[in-house]
Amino acid sequence: MSEEILEFTQHLINGIALGSIYALIALGYTMVYGILQLINFAHSEVYMIGAFATYYGARWFGLLDRPGISTFVLLLVFAMICCAALGVLIERLAYRPLRNAPRLNALITAIGVSLFLQYTGQIVFGADPKVFPTLIEDAALASFHGVSIRSFDVAIFGVTLFFMIALSYLIQGTKIGKAMRAVSANRTVASLMGIDANRVITFTFVVGSALAAVGAVLVGMKYPKIDPLMGTLFGLKAFVAAVLGGIGNLPGAVVGGLIMGLCEEMVVGYISSTYRDAFAFSILILILFFRPAGLLGKATQEKV
Amino acid sequence: MTSRMLKSWLSPLIAFVGMLVIGVVLDQFFNQYVQLIILFACTNIILALSLNLVNGFTGQFSIGHAVFMAIGAYVSAYLSLRPEIFGVKFTMFPEAIDYLNYLVYAVCGGLVAAAAGWVVGLPSLRLRGDYLAIVTLGFSEIIRVILLNTQAVGGARGLFGIPRPDALALGPLTLSPFLVMYVLASFWVVLTFLVLWRLIHSVHGRAFLSVREDEIAAQAMGINTTQVKVRAFVISSFFAGVAGSIFAHSANYLNPSTFGFTKSVDVIIMIVLGGMGSLSGSVVAALFITFLPEFVLRPLQEYTHIDFRMVIYSITLVLFMVLRPKGLFGSREISDIARSLRGERSADERAS
Repeated sequence: MSEEILEFTQHLINGIALGSIYALIALGYTMVYGILQLINFAHSEVYMIGAFATYYGARWFGLLDRPGISTFVLLLVFAMICCAALGVLIERLAYRPLRNAPRLNALITAIGVSLFLQYTGQIVFGADPKVFPTLIEDAALASFHGVSIRSFDVAIFGVTLFFMIALSYLIQGTKIGKAMRAVSANRTVASLMGIDANRVITFTFVVGSALAAVGAVLVGMKYPKIDPLMGTLFGLKAFVAAVLGGIGNLPGAVVGGLIMGLCEEMVVGYISSTYRDAFAFSILILILFFRPAGLLGKATQEKV
Repeated sequence: MTSRMLKSWLSPLIAFVGMLVIGVVLDQFFNQYVQLIILFACTNIILALSLNLVNGFTGQFSIGHAVFMAIGAYVSAYLSLRPEIFGVKFTMFPEAIDYLNYLVYAVCGGLVAAAAGWVVGLPSLRLRGDYLAIVTLGFSEIIRVILLNTQAVGGARGLFGIPRPDALALGPLTLSPFLVMYVLASFWVVLTFLVLWRLIHSVHGRAFLSVREDEIAAQAMGINTTQVKVRAFVISSFFAGVAGSIFAHSANYLNPSTFGFTKSVDVIIMIVLGGMGSLSGSVVAALFITFLPEFVLRPLQEYTHIDFRMVIYSITLVLFMVLRPKGLFGSREISDIARSLRGERSADERAS
């Protein structure tokens, strides 16, 4: 194979890996938006806490230099539990009191919670970057004509695929998933049908935050430098991915995430790495101009 | 007619003169550090007032106000540093009336910011919901990256040596450079307040309010809601650009990181604290938010070596939203509160 195709394939693999992580985070945004019509700005900080939970978890459990599948699974579950608890806490303390307030107030609260976690994180964890523990060895599993498939990429792809399938089963195949869909369609009517809307909303935060933790662990593995502000830009781009696919739409979030990851990788590879963040937002503005409801979203007319 | 006109110009005139008196006191008795903080306070007042037009009165939500300030600041600074651009001399007045140049810079900065506001606002304000928030956030990121990579305006090093107005000789009196800058800043503060106040109490202003209260009803009353929202956003961006210009010529140094998300959040805190939909509330809160970190939190930080500023801000924001979502003043003005203290009923209460 020629050099260009080799390079392109490598970018493609990296892009898909990055994109699937974006998709995981985007799912959290889109689920909360679908149910509460709230941009959960604090989601990116939940993701950040997920990375730090893994970092400290590895120390407490003494797993710092014992990479392997069991370490990976243990820390992943630990991070998911921490993040889910944080998500529930945020929902209870900050969002629930504002359930019937104007949406603007909830949005401002979300920004407040996000900033609070960021800057408290800087005080508690320290502002300097920390090195993420090695969870599994990064090794080339297979090599085709010089394009190597690394264990990190396989792990990222495998784990995201697993969680996406699990999520779609949860939403489509279980009772609580049905309740989530019902609350998302119309909260008042769902309550009349005997669904405890508050419980469903809490559950949504649990699921979304746990997915953010998965994303955090995977990102930490691939880019092993974590700091309290790591969530801001990454979360924002994941959110853009959710809007790109159509906010409130689960398959849309996955598609948006993949497009985002691929575009970013290609911009870094072929244009310039300084403009990668600017590029992500340019896509967003273009999308809003031509397809405001996102790629898979349906434009709806508000009824009076 | 003349007496009514006189009456409508009287309050701003009194405010302006009052600010000048404060300026003379500052000039005589306070050091340069305090003077600079006061100029920043003027900037923040203009920022808070202009953001209140969008977030408070029109009910939209912009979280990238700092980017329009950045545009105004950089345009204004660039114009003042170059003798001519595209064959046009922007430094058009001779040195004796040098201060008029700064008005030109501010207006140019404001116009460019307004143009940017139009470009950003048009696609995002067509849509209902929180899209403006996302787009302004994204747009500030784009502009920040562009500023960081444009060497003509200093890139990441920042832009140095932005001129300040010269001292001004008025007969026997000589106004210090600070005082000249302060007079310019006060002029813009009073003008912003006046324009926004009269705008909100005009027919156009009623359109802004109706969009905030109920967009569908406003549409049914024949209001072009997109146009109204874009108009509010463009006006707001203009004044943000002017604020940026004042900032640039007060600080004499610009850096892209000054205009980050934190700056936008500062402005949002000001209007939330002061009350969304209260102009005088914005002024009070802007003063409070400018002075708090400089005179209270900085000593605290020197004592504890921990930067609590943003932690305190964010808690305040959440607590205000949960406990007192209308801010200190709600949609009332200082004059309403004074009236209700005297036992009279305010205009709002009379109407209802």
